[in-house]
Amino acid sequence: MSIVWTDTVKEIAGIRLHITRGGNGPAVLVLHHDIGTVERLPFYDALAARFDVLIPHHPGWGKSERPQWLRHPRDIAAIYAWLLSDLNEPGVSLVGLGFGGWIAAEMASLAPAGYRNLVLVGAAGIKPPEGDIADQAIVSYIDYPRAGFHDEAAFAAVYGDVSTDQLEAWDIAREMSFRTAWKPYMYSQTLPHLLGGIRAPALVIWGDDDRIVPLSAGQAYARALHDATFTSIPDCGHFAEMEKPEAVAKLVIDFLSRR
Amino acid sequence: MHMMYFTEQPMSAYDAKAGLDYGATALTFSNSHFDPVEGSRLYNEYLEEYILAEECGADGIMLNEHHNAPFCMQARTNMFAAILAAVTKRVKIVILGNPLPLSENPVQLAEELAMIDMISRGRLVSGFVRGGGQEQLANGVNPAFNRERFMEAHDLVQKTWTEPGPFRWEGTHYQQRVVNPWAVPLQKPYPRVWIPGVLSKETVIWTAQQRYPYIALNTSLEATRAIHDTYDKAAADAGYTAGPENFGYLIRVHVQDTEEKALANARQFMWMQGEFTGLAHPVWANPSGYFSPSGRRGFVEFAVGRATNPRGNPTFEQQVADTMIIAGTPDQVIARLKYLIEHTRPGIMGIWANDGTVSKEDRRRCIQLLCGEVMPAIKAFGAGLGLKDPWEAEAPVHLRYSTDIPGRRVAAE
Repeated sequence: MSIVWTDTVKEIAGIRLHITRGGNGPAVLVLHHDIGTVERLPFYDALAARFDVLIPHHPGWGKSERPQWLRHPRDIAAIYAWLLSDLNEPGVSLVGLGFGGWIAAEMASLAPAGYRNLVLVGAAGIKPPEGDIADQAIVSYIDYPRAGFHDEAAFAAVYGDVSTDQLEAWDIAREMSFRTAWKPYMYSQTLPHLLGGIRAPALVIWGDDDRIVPLSAGQAYARALHDATFTSIPDCGHFAEMEKPEAVAKLVIDFLSRR
Repeated sequence: MHMMYFTEQPMSAYDAKAGLDYGATALTFSNSHFDPVEGSRLYNEYLEEYILAEECGADGIMLNEHHNAPFCMQARTNMFAAILAAVTKRVKIVILGNPLPLSENPVQLAEELAMIDMISRGRLVSGFVRGGGQEQLANGVNPAFNRERFMEAHDLVQKTWTEPGPFRWEGTHYQQRVVNPWAVPLQKPYPRVWIPGVLSKETVIWTAQQRYPYIALNTSLEATRAIHDTYDKAAADAGYTAGPENFGYLIRVHVQDTEEKALANARQFMWMQGEFTGLAHPVWANPSGYFSPSGRRGFVEFAVGRATNPRGNPTFEQQVADTMIIAGTPDQVIARLKYLIEHTRPGIMGIWANDGTVSKEDRRRCIQLLCGEVMPAIKAFGAGLGLKDPWEAEAPVHLRYSTDIPGRRVAAE
């Protein structure tokens, strides 16, 4: 079945926010990684076969305009809460990927009863009890995404030879990561204390070879959340939805469907 | 013409092979290779050499700072400036410069500089820089806000120096409840500010808008002319005509009694394999958000190895041929410098004289010949060309103190 995706632009907080939307069913907001997102992914298509999937480009990433004032993922969470209000979409489910998982956790903590389900995949946002979140600042544009895959072939399958356009997009994405998550790098010191209020059932998914956000962070998320299930995926890195799209899609669809 | 002596203060006593094996001599190259016994020796030798430069006739001593790398031992430029304030008597202490964005508290910087100015009895020249990309990473400062922090910190330091406290500062990157330091500069309206740089057009324009001198750091003749053109235009837009007092030029020069020895020692300028700031990954030197978006596409290709360094990496021989490095006897060096000065017309000359592993004896001989013979000859030559430094030209410290711009109200000093 081929999914029809449409692109729209919404004015939110003084900037033009780009949103890709496709599929039918209950609404799911998918929040992409710090490296941005490619236009189409098998994971997105699999979700859209069962749900109404909204994929915004984070403000300042991809095709969304940069808010010069943006300083923190919590600001991005507020922008998305504004977006959902404007779209009249209460009670959506959140699927946060990596850095997008941090934004999803911020959104859920700010509105504890506001979301139907919460799915975190390799989420940043809290300080790992063991190990550190990998610092993209001191490695090349290609080495960082590559480190997020267990199998280099999986990286090549998504990005191929890596176009100059993609390199530029990664540089812009990196700049936005610095503007919003520089210090402490990729986590909040207050978020862990706010996770306990979240009433949405949560699924925490981690690649067992995540070299970007240590597995210990996933276990910490699962402990801090009120109603969470932790699942790891074998032979899989940080960019789990790109490396193991079928496995991640099945877990997410099963979880979102039974609630 | 103002002529000053400069050295990076190389941490020459480290295992060069270890750096080559590691593949980098900056940022993450381990400081387990730093020997503090050698560090202590070198710091004291460099201090003695600054004093020698004053004794031999230099107008100024130029200082800088860098972090996490053997090419430069100065981690806090204000430390050496403070020492020189006490142990020298005549030379200008020219800091080029304090990396403003690295400061979390520019008022503290304003205090330190005011103290240096008072202790030196008004000999401070307080340059400011953005700091290289690696300096941001080494100090945990966000590169994406580098230029914003540079400009705001400058404005805060300037206000701290020129307006009576207490006042409050509520900026974007800095907030201060009570700005009221009990240390203010001796020089009025405030110490001269010079801005060094290598290529950033935005910085050249900003510098011209302030009417601060711009010091081109070892740029090619062609690049130096382009900097002058950019500066001249921005100066004209601001209502004044730029002259030699608005331009400085730092050039690598090594002098010895014989050409052979001078050339052999000058090769040490290449000791970091020709890289100014050590062997480093391109994303360390230019972290995302640090550089101009106009250069983004070219840079990302260079950073992943698909394009050559836009700055190139010329050989020693090429750099000697292109007057990027000058080495020889005093007479030879004077002839080359005259050629360079005729073509760039600076009012300020920085001479980067010793680098790498040049021996103590040769460093001292170089300083004697440079400051005792070369500098007087070049100053006389510059005077003949009408090349005045900011003091000789009685240039305003900042645009706001200009008296030659029609319709502009002069700020009180």
